[in-house]
Amino acid sequence: MAIFLTKESKVIVQGMTGSEGMKHTRRMLASGTAIVGGVNPRKAGTTVDVDGSEVPVFGSVKEAIEATGADVTVIFVPPKFTKDAVVEAIDAEIGLAVVITEGVPVHDTAAFWAYAGAKGNKTRIIGPNCPGLISPGQSNAGIIPADITSAGRIGLVSKSGTLTYQMMYELSDLGFSSAVGIGGDPIIGTTHIDALQAFQDDPDTDLIVMIGEIGGDAEERAAAYIKEHITKPVVGYVAGFTAPEGKTMGHAGAIVSGSSGTAQAKKEALEAAGVKVGKTPSETARLARQLLQG
Amino acid sequence: MDLFEYQARDLFAKHGVPVLDGEVIETPEAARAVAERLGGRAVVKAQVKTGGRGKAGGVKLAADPEDAVAKAGQILGMDIKGHTVHKVMLAATADIAEEYYVSFLLDRSNRTFLAMASVEGGMEIEEVAVNNPSALAKIPVDANEGCTAEKAAEIVAAAKFPVDVADQIAEVLQQLWKVFVAEDALLVEVNPLIKSGDGRIIALDGKVSLDANADFRQPGHEALEDKAAANPLEAAAKAKGLNYVKLDGEVGIIGNGAGLVMSTLDVVAYAGEAHGGVKPANFLDIGGGASAEVMANGLEIILGDPDVRSVFVNVFGGITACDAVANGIVQALELLRSKGEDVTKPLVVRLDGNNAELGRQILTDANHPLVQQVDTMDGAADKAAELAAAK
Repeated sequence: MAIFLTKESKVIVQGMTGSEGMKHTRRMLASGTAIVGGVNPRKAGTTVDVDGSEVPVFGSVKEAIEATGADVTVIFVPPKFTKDAVVEAIDAEIGLAVVITEGVPVHDTAAFWAYAGAKGNKTRIIGPNCPGLISPGQSNAGIIPADITSAGRIGLVSKSGTLTYQMMYELSDLGFSSAVGIGGDPIIGTTHIDALQAFQDDPDTDLIVMIGEIGGDAEERAAAYIKEHITKPVVGYVAGFTAPEGKTMGHAGAIVSGSSGTAQAKKEALEAAGVKVGKTPSETARLARQLLQG
Repeated sequence: MDLFEYQARDLFAKHGVPVLDGEVIETPEAARAVAERLGGRAVVKAQVKTGGRGKAGGVKLAADPEDAVAKAGQILGMDIKGHTVHKVMLAATADIAEEYYVSFLLDRSNRTFLAMASVEGGMEIEEVAVNNPSALAKIPVDANEGCTAEKAAEIVAAAKFPVDVADQIAEVLQQLWKVFVAEDALLVEVNPLIKSGDGRIIALDGKVSLDANADFRQPGHEALEDKAAANPLEAAAKAKGLNYVKLDGEVGIIGNGAGLVMSTLDVVAYAGEAHGGVKPANFLDIGGGASAEVMANGLEIILGDPDVRSVFVNVFGGITACDAVANGIVQALELLRSKGEDVTKPLVVRLDGNNAELGRQILTDANHPLVQQVDTMDGAADKAAELAAAK
């Protein structure tokens, strides 16, 4: 088992024929993902040779699902077209849409998130501006490098891409059931809480690592949720203690305004919920190791 | 991007939100003509991107054009919470009967938009929220449905606006929603929204914050940037497409990925506690690609910062393997030398992840006198802090 993505997942790529889409389609295939098609209305009916695999291109997500039974889409289209791509995925009622695209206007994300809700939340959205998710040894939907880690029993949920990689690498000998990069934009689909609950329910996950960063109150909410609902051990890390107030730090969401959303407040909230919080990524990895190995 | 009041006012006017006549000026002398045009009396308001300017003396009433020149002269150049006043707005005067508050903003927690409204305007809305929360109505607004006439009426009712102004405020709310959507704003706020003595509803002061992600479809927004206020290093970095923020420490930081770089700042600050309190000098995320050229651009910015005494390059090789990053560093240093730039600050490099061994070997072979390697992030941060403290 794993969360959201397993070896049974059939994955399509929206924006596969673009340069980023093609690069990562190649990487996903190489790491064992069942890529069953791409979507590009202008190239419908053609196939693309990806390192010897013939990948068919469909005119729409709906057509791709009908032809292949796809249940996951990974979206690489540029920011300008991201909203339409996600709306198309929602209309096709695909189970999971992983939105990798960085730089999506907040009004567009708000619009497709509201649309997903209006359509009954049949499509789980991860992202935007995220590295996607990986269930090592099973499937990889996004841009997380598969070769830095291995399969195991740790679940990871993170706002940050490179910190995800760092943590997966430091704990690669123990391995991961799934690692989910949820992204750090002001509005995201899947949250820390969604992933925490999924890991709680996953029999193949023994411990959860949660990585947060400044901005918003997602970590505080996650802390409250952990206290009530999560019985598996959780180890946390929060980035951005030294970030100055009012400055945006890379991620559109990583901005501290006033007292709420600071790294200190998040750390305190997590610790109050019984989460062990590391001071650095390495210390966090050590805490996870100690808990898992007893 | 947060706008000045006068820029917010211009956007309000563009989308039909009622505002008072006014004009922004940069010299005291320019106040005379504007005041004359406004009928003699005018309010002179400091243009600064911070609250509390009224208490700081940044808003004054001028009785006539001569007085406007004098008041503008007093306010221009004033320091308000660390912000120097370079511009003042002269606005027509209004006779204020009531002060209200309305805004639309992003509600991150609930992943939707929110309307806030109160009959208690004119003061800091955060204070109202704390001291008298029942006086602040909060109504979610669906991104796809928007602020319709029905929604506006709902907001007006929830905030308990008086019957005589209810229709006017409902209309203003719909116009303000237009500003919010058409301009890709993260916040549009009117405080105070006034009822004048003759019963008109007017936006007297406002705040607008714009979403930089929408710049591709908002060609007019570039002109709203306050280029004069930007730090010269930040401006240079922006011109090169780098994600850079200047901080006030001594250890220059380069890394890949926003989260890792933020984490690097923290780790350096902790390490600095043992080395005379040195701190990170900047945030610089060179992204997942980390090509030689981007690395060179990044190093050039950091080495050009006179505050920097050592540099910490912290890269995790994920998509880009460490050997490529190491080659990038070596090429970047050569590139800088060939441009005649004298690199004299020590660099601490930590490579981890894909092909880390290969990357480290490349740097070892290059044997650059200023580059030293440490294999762990915590250890490298300690070394960089030590070097910054020693110089």
